[in-house]
Amino acid sequence: MKTHTISLFFTLATFWLLNSGHNTLLILLLGLASICLVIAIVHRMDVVDHESQPIHLTQNIFSYLLWLIKEVIHSNIIVIKHIWLGNKSISPTLRRIRVSQKTDMGKVIYANSINLTPGTVTIDLIDDEVVVHALLQKDIETLLAGEMDRRVSLLER
Amino acid sequence: MDMITNISGAVCLIIGSFLCISGGIGILRFPDFYTRMHAVGVTDTLGAGMILIGLMFYSPDFLTFSKLVMILLLTLLIGPTTSHVLAKSAMYNGLMPELKQKDNVKETN
Repeated sequence: MKTHTISLFFTLATFWLLNSGHNTLLILLLGLASICLVIAIVHRMDVVDHESQPIHLTQNIFSYLLWLIKEVIHSNIIVIKHIWLGNKSISPTLRRIRVSQKTDMGKVIYANSINLTPGTVTIDLIDDEVVVHALLQKDIETLLAGEMDRRVSLLER
Repeated sequence: MDMITNISGAVCLIIGSFLCISGGIGILRFPDFYTRMHAVGVTDTLGAGMILIGLMFYSPDFLTFSKLVMILLLTLLIGPTTSHVLAKSAMYNGLMPELKQKDNVKETN
């Protein structure tokens, strides 16, 4: 709880400093006051926890993001190719896919990663299954092979 | 040095514009709602990303640069969320996607 508050404080401070760009004492004090106010409010709302401040993910998230960027670029190229090839070349598919993540956080990361790669969209998340609509049959097969699932599960621990 | 940043910025902007135009053509060309959404996916991930990265090359100071990074991160969070919400509400209102194989609708319901 304490580390989450500290992390929230630093996030808000960075956000303020980058957005304002003024370094006079008055502005900095006003910034500090507003950050304290926000922290007081979110404590009353009881939302400062591992979900709003996922600091336990920090050590693994960067390698995952690099891999995800590579995937996004790759699938972008495929979708662009099929846009120019036309309607004959696509094979829209709807499919349920089992997810192996235990926590809500892991499931959300997985579903959002599916959404972020063009060509696949998560339509629904029911218990431990996601309903995925894909532009190509091949995309679904790639998801069923479970490379992304495995990487998100690694992130969870 | 100035030359290199200028040219790489321009290249990123051109690639980004091409991706956005392709996304737009995809919206017009694809047969139904769900497949059109995939075309939008191109525009709001790599299309917007490349344009913002191209603009980063032209940013005069660190503050502008950091604001562009913030916009990029927000776009990457908002894009997939909105497309999920759209797809979900379309599904719940009974719009079925046109599928290649008819049999896997049964499997899903």
